[in-house]
Amino acid sequence: MSKKTIQLRQICHARSGDKANNVNAGILVYNPKHYPVIVEQVTAEKVKKHFGEIVQGNVESYEMPNINAINFVLRKALGGGASDTLFIDNLGKCYGASLLRMEIEIEESLL
Amino acid sequence: MKTVRIGAGQGFWGNGQFGAINMVKSGEIQYLCCDALAELTLAILKKGMKKDAYAGWVNDLTPLMFKILLICKEKGIKVITNHGGLNPAGATAEVERIAKELGITGLKIATVTGDDVFDRLGEFEEKGLDLSNMDTGESIDAIKERALFANAYIGARPIVEALDNGADIVITGRAADSSLFLAPLIHEFHWSWDDWDKLAAGTLAGHLLECAAQSTGGNFLGDWWNVPRMEEIGYPIAEVRENGEVVITKPVGSGGRVSVETVSEQMVYETLDPNNYIVPDVIADFTSPVLEDLGNDRVMIKNMKGKPRPEKLKVFIGYQDGLASSALLLYAWPDAMKKARKMEEIIRYEVNKLKLPIVDFHVDYVGLNSVHGSAAPMPADEDSINEIGVKFSIKTYDKGAAGKFAGLFPSWALDGPPALAGTGGFASGPRELLGPWSALVDRNEIEPNITVSYREV
Repeated sequence: MSKKTIQLRQICHARSGDKANNVNAGILVYNPKHYPVIVEQVTAEKVKKHFGEIVQGNVESYEMPNINAINFVLRKALGGGASDTLFIDNLGKCYGASLLRMEIEIEESLL
Repeated sequence: MKTVRIGAGQGFWGNGQFGAINMVKSGEIQYLCCDALAELTLAILKKGMKKDAYAGWVNDLTPLMFKILLICKEKGIKVITNHGGLNPAGATAEVERIAKELGITGLKIATVTGDDVFDRLGEFEEKGLDLSNMDTGESIDAIKERALFANAYIGARPIVEALDNGADIVITGRAADSSLFLAPLIHEFHWSWDDWDKLAAGTLAGHLLECAAQSTGGNFLGDWWNVPRMEEIGYPIAEVRENGEVVITKPVGSGGRVSVETVSEQMVYETLDPNNYIVPDVIADFTSPVLEDLGNDRVMIKNMKGKPRPEKLKVFIGYQDGLASSALLLYAWPDAMKKARKMEEIIRYEVNKLKLPIVDFHVDYVGLNSVHGSAAPMPADEDSINEIGVKFSIKTYDKGAAGKFAGLFPSWALDGPPALAGTGGFASGPRELLGPWSALVDRNEIEPNITVSYREV
C-alpha cells in the first residue's frame, strides 16, 4: 500500500459564506469512500493553520455524514464583517475554494 | 398526497430577473418567494434612507413587479418577499402603484411589520434585557450610541396569517429567509406549529431556495464548467408533499443542474452548527436528511428532523464603525512585484509621517493574494507576473484622515516606481463602515408587536 499526497480539490468540492464576522466553509467529498479520509485528516486545527492570520478566532468543525461533508466555522475571520471589513472578499465566498488547496495523504488504491 | 410547488424568485438585491420571470412562466408553481435581504442589505438601505426617508425598501421590486405581476395574477401565483427591508409599507405602496398602472384589480397585498425594533432598544435596556453580542459576549454599551438600525429576525407566523386571510402578495421586512418559504407550506398543509420535523423540512426547503441559483448549479465549486446553459440558469423549485418529503427541481427547459452535489453544497452555505440550524420557527437538524438523485434534475429529500423552536430571536443591529478609504495601483512587468512592494514601503512611510489616526491598514496584492491572504502561495518565479494591482485600504474614525489618505496617491505616478497604469482616479472612498451586532432577545418581547395589515387594489 503506498500513499500519495493530493490536494483536497481532487476529491472534494466546497462552499463558504458569511455570518457577521464569521465565515463558514463546508467541504464535501464526491465519493463516500473518501469521507473517512477527510474526517481523519482535515481537522479544525489544520484548517486554522491553513488560513493563517485572516482567521483570528477559533475554528470549529462539524461532521455531516449524511451528505459526506464537514462544515468548518471560522470565528473572527472576515476582518469585521461584510459591511465593516477592508477585505476584498467581504462575503467570504472564496474561503471554501482556499481550503481545496490543502494537501492530504491518501492510499493510492482509494483514488 | 397533496403537493405544493414553491419557486425561488431572487437570492439577493441585485439578482437578475430572468430567473423569476422564467419561474412564473414555466415553473408550474403556486408560490413565488423572493429573498432580497442579506445582513449587508439592511446597512445599504439605511444609508439610502439618509438621502430619502421614504426609501428603505429594496428597489429592484419595481422592475420585478412590472415584469411578473400580470402573469402571477393570471395564474393565481402568490408572491411572498422581504423586499420591504426597513420600510415594508413603502414597498407595499409601490406594489399598489404598479398594480394600478398595470390595470390589475382584485389584488390583496399584506404588509408585515414589527421586526424593526430600533426605537425599542431603550425600552429593552430599561427592562434589563441582555443585548450582548452573541458571538463575542461584548456588552452593547460598546456600540449603542452608534446604532443605526435594529431588526429582529421574525418567523413564518404573520405570513401564514396573511395567506390565511387571502393575501395575494405578502411584503415583509426582516423575516428570516427560510420563513418566507415555510409559511405557504404551513398555510397549505395546516402543519401544526409544534410538528418540528415538518417545520424543519420546510425550513430546509427554504434554505435551499433562498439563494436562488446556488442550488441549481450557480456558484457551484464542483465541475461547474459542465453545468448546462449557465447563461439561462433556472432557479430552484421545492415540490413539497404534505408528509414533509421534498423534491428540489427547476423549471423544465431552463439551464443549470439539480443534483445531490449542487443541493448538498447549498446545504452547508451560511450554516454554523448543522445539528442546530436555528431559525425562529424551529431548530432544524441538517445532519438528518437523506438525499437521493432521482435523475432529470430532481433530488428527493427525506427523513428531515427538527427540534422545538428557540425561545429567543436574533436581533441584528447595524452600527456606525468609521470610514474606509482605499486606492488601487496597477504596475506592469518587468519587476511588477518589486514596484508594488516599493510603493507599499512609500505609503507606509507617508502614513507614519502624517501620523494619520487610522485603526486598520490593509494591503492586498490583487492578482496574487488579495482573496486567499496568507493561504495563497507565492509564485516561484516573480518575473512571470505580467502585472500586479496593489490595493491600500485604511479604516479610520476621522473624516479628515480618510481624505488625506486618498490624497497620498496621485503624486507617485510621476514621483514613484515606473510603469504605473493610469495616473488618476484610483483612489476610492471614503465609504461608511457599518458594524454587525447580533443579540438574542426573548421572542415574547418581539412577537406581540408584529402586525399584518392589508391593502386592496
